[in-house]
Amino acid sequence: MRTATARRMPRWVWAISAVAVLVTITLGVCVGAVYITPANVWAALLGQFATGIPSISEAQETIIWQLRLPRVLLAFVVGSMLASAGCAYQGTFRNPLADPYLLGVSAGAGLGATLIIVNSSVTKNFYLPVAAFVGAMAAVSLTYFLGRSAISGRSSTALILAGVAVASVLTALQTLIQQQNTDVLREVYSWILGRLSTSGWSELLVIAPYILICSYVLLRYRRVLDVFSVGDEEAQTMGLPVSKARGAIIVAASLGTAAAVSVSGLIGFVGIIVPHILRLISGNSYRTLLPLSMIFGGVFLVLADILARTVLAPQEISIGVITALLGAPFFLFVLGSSKSGSIS
Amino acid sequence: MTKLTVNKLRVDLGGKSVISDVSIAISLGDWICVIGPNGAGKSSLLKAIAGILPSGGDMFIDDVNLRGLSHRDRACWIAYVAQDPIMPPGMTVFNYVLLGRTAHLKMLASESHVDFEVAHFVITELGLEAFLDRDVMTLSGGERQRVAIARALTQASPIVLLDEPTTALDVGYQQEVLELIDRLCKEKKIAVISTMHDLTVAGLYPKELLLLHHGKIYDAGKPDQVLTRENIAEVYGANIEIISTNGMLAVIPVRLQT
Repeated sequence: MRTATARRMPRWVWAISAVAVLVTITLGVCVGAVYITPANVWAALLGQFATGIPSISEAQETIIWQLRLPRVLLAFVVGSMLASAGCAYQGTFRNPLADPYLLGVSAGAGLGATLIIVNSSVTKNFYLPVAAFVGAMAAVSLTYFLGRSAISGRSSTALILAGVAVASVLTALQTLIQQQNTDVLREVYSWILGRLSTSGWSELLVIAPYILICSYVLLRYRRVLDVFSVGDEEAQTMGLPVSKARGAIIVAASLGTAAAVSVSGLIGFVGIIVPHILRLISGNSYRTLLPLSMIFGGVFLVLADILARTVLAPQEISIGVITALLGAPFFLFVLGSSKSGSIS
Repeated sequence: MTKLTVNKLRVDLGGKSVISDVSIAISLGDWICVIGPNGAGKSSLLKAIAGILPSGGDMFIDDVNLRGLSHRDRACWIAYVAQDPIMPPGMTVFNYVLLGRTAHLKMLASESHVDFEVAHFVITELGLEAFLDRDVMTLSGGERQRVAIARALTQASPIVLLDEPTTALDVGYQQEVLELIDRLCKEKKIAVISTMHDLTVAGLYPKELLLLHHGKIYDAGKPDQVLTRENIAEVYGANIEIISTNGMLAVIPVRLQT
């Protein structure tokens, strides 16, 4: 008789993931207006902690530590959060079209950011992320409140519909404000399409605690996401407190997304495309899908950011444009070439 | 002996009474089958007992009041398989069956080797070893039903509710699933409450039938007492003949004019 074992991802998958993370991060730090060799990058990184490593020029060190590394890590963290939030939403709503912006996060953040951009009297660097974060959380709270009271939490469709309604209202308000202030149109659009221009480590340090906690919570819920896949009714008869578990997952995914978009703007497609590509490769179990989404969401966004910085250098392209232009066709290619395209 | 007692159960949906005054008592090892025409409230009755439809009335297992239990504690007593269980695409049979252990795990815990052993044991018992790594979406109707029953058994609850376990199945698969349920009742001493569409099949296996009419119990008892010409004419509005051979009943529809 076969021994009882869990169906887990083989170890080499995790090995490949680790290599992918290291390679893309190194690449992200190497590439830019000034090319830095991978050896120098690692010398700079390790030089902080060890002695006897050949030292590199101070200018290169500054570029690595103050410009490239914070930006690459920010891209990784944001991509990781968006992909895992999308993955978690798809699982808990059993809806393949769910993305991190499902419950109005994007519209709320957009409205918050627009309000700050049009108001020239405030310090944008500080208030813009705060306003985007507050707007996103307010929108999700409103959606949750309306969706739950509609059918007392029995149907997740009510919640999604409430999200659509809240997003429509907030987007309308945002458009209205934008129309009144056409002078800042460009700035508003650049935010909405997403951008990762950083100034040192401050953004990363501000959002890291939120994203670490939310990612940890989502990871702990990965088995529960599998239980959701049999439907609410049966999940409940199997002993899952459905509303409570869904509530916790929504809060973690929304909070993490809000933190991410507060500094990155509304980067689209990562949350929907990354999990679906991984589904075609690793299957639909969230036990592996969620951690893989975290890893490859990060990898994907670091690569997209490299392109955003280099294709039209010295000009930067909005990273949201890159994720859509590259992500969508690549996704369609993977979808078309997989015979058993089991998208749930 | 452990016994589920449902007393004066009622279910209202949208201001309309769907189930009223239904009382059931079932001991371990027994099989009660709920019959009745479309809309009589068969599925609602099972859902109310499973706790997924809000209902009134008392529900006890011995002296444990089911009303006071959390979802998880309740699931340790009662397992439920829906009429057309959702099969998550891309999930293996083993992982699907393993989900049945949810009630025995803290919400954020992962399975231990005990849970794997239980899932394997049930899969072996039900002769599903060959399907272990198969995607549940690729299973046939009969295999799906057996895999869903395996998931319910992995839950290790003494009471199992099965909504129309054989409705979508061909006669061969039907027999396979019914024999399986019958064997589980007798060998594993679980109590089964099922609903069923086919009256002849309903008369064949279960120990007791419960005939629902407009959400109330119209008649209950041994199959030969419930499956009578008069009962079926009254409740289903159908003209039938009951044929009894070697203690087995067959319900034969009769043409109104020949």
